[in-house]
Amino acid sequence: MKNKVITVEQAIEMIPDGATLMIGGFLGDGTPELLVDGLVRSGKKNFTIIANDTAFPDKGIGKLIVNKLVKKVIVSHIGTNPETQKQMIEGTLEVELVPQGTLAEKVRAGGFGLGGILTPTGVGTVVENGKQKITIDGKEYLVEPALKADFALIKAQKADYYGNLFFNFTARNFNPLMAFAGKVTIVQVEELLPVGGLSPNEIHTPHAVVDYIVRGNAK
Amino acid sequence: MIQDQELAKVVIAKRVALELKDGDIVNLGIGIPTLVANYLPPKVEIFLQSENGILGMGPAPMKGYEHPNLTNAGGSPITFLPGACAFDSSVSFGLIRGGHVDATVLGALQVDEEGHLANWMIPGKMVPGMGGAMDLVTGAKKVIVAMQHVAKGNAPKVIKKCTLPLTSVRRVDLIVTDMAVIEVTEKGLLLKEVAPQTTVEEVVKFTEASLIIPDNVPVMPITL
Repeated sequence: MKNKVITVEQAIEMIPDGATLMIGGFLGDGTPELLVDGLVRSGKKNFTIIANDTAFPDKGIGKLIVNKLVKKVIVSHIGTNPETQKQMIEGTLEVELVPQGTLAEKVRAGGFGLGGILTPTGVGTVVENGKQKITIDGKEYLVEPALKADFALIKAQKADYYGNLFFNFTARNFNPLMAFAGKVTIVQVEELLPVGGLSPNEIHTPHAVVDYIVRGNAK
Repeated sequence: MIQDQELAKVVIAKRVALELKDGDIVNLGIGIPTLVANYLPPKVEIFLQSENGILGMGPAPMKGYEHPNLTNAGGSPITFLPGACAFDSSVSFGLIRGGHVDATVLGALQVDEEGHLANWMIPGKMVPGMGGAMDLVTGAKKVIVAMQHVAKGNAPKVIKKCTLPLTSVRRVDLIVTDMAVIEVTEKGLLLKEVAPQTTVEEVVKFTEASLIIPDNVPVMPITL
């Protein structure tokens, strides 16, 4: 059994310029700040980021935007980070807005081996532009293809050495979905427990989808 | 009409609160909708749901008692009420899109005669993104718009046809403003009530959409 525990530096070294990254968190709550800070320090760039939002300029994914490391974001909301909108208007950052529930399901589908999902959300709005529509029982649905990423960077409160994960309160959000959808999934955990230290009943995400564990918590 | 802007917000929140029933699962948007929780009638207990993965949200904690992993969909600190549960974004939107949320209360930029809502972008000016709004309007059992009746410069927000990108083609059910309560019906927009200190004539003057006006339009049953 390989040891999954690595340092922030080792994690960042694996990630090349231009990679597609899923990053967990909701306005920074549940974002792996140590990995984000590591990316900022590395100077690597041209990332495509799939995440719920671009947080705040000084928090979470917002720091990647402010440091101009991102060429495209696929998110549901950019309203709390003026820098995202500024770069979008300047034409240096491509922003693809996706309804939040649709985004969650596209990520889940990517990790769960599905080609995509059918959703009524967005039918008859600009969201349907260029998308296939399917009618089932007289109701229209948009075909929303699944999303996958080169790396999923997620945050959990607790893990055991196998990589079984437990998330805390509202820090769960996109993290368990993204854990499945990254070709390589790296989790930052606050507390690392011995194998058996988590009850099988309290494990939110099974270790099978976790490749690497980084220990620590941003101040 | 009510001149005091703060009072206007309270009027909207108090009137929306009367629409909520004991035991309802409710999602409140940012801004005026958030105030609704402060004005629930006695013996009406609701469960507040938030997009980021919580059912059973309580008020903001006392200063010093904030927890970084206990936040609402606006990123602000919250508390859990007894019986609250936390879940991932897929489950959160399973509740929303799956029709398990009894009512959603949202702000709006425009609402039109057909009951269509636009609340997520002004092309070229303001593009915050739709967040969870499109899923909420598509999936909630009841959609209540809570907004000030006019925009800056007294520009009507209840208009003939939305010019901004729509949030959903699903019609909203009720529009509650600081001037009126308007129900979206098959026949058009029905003026149900006027706000205190407000006349039907004022409502008509500040509404671009056609209104169906009954002979008798009561005043909102709230106290100021």
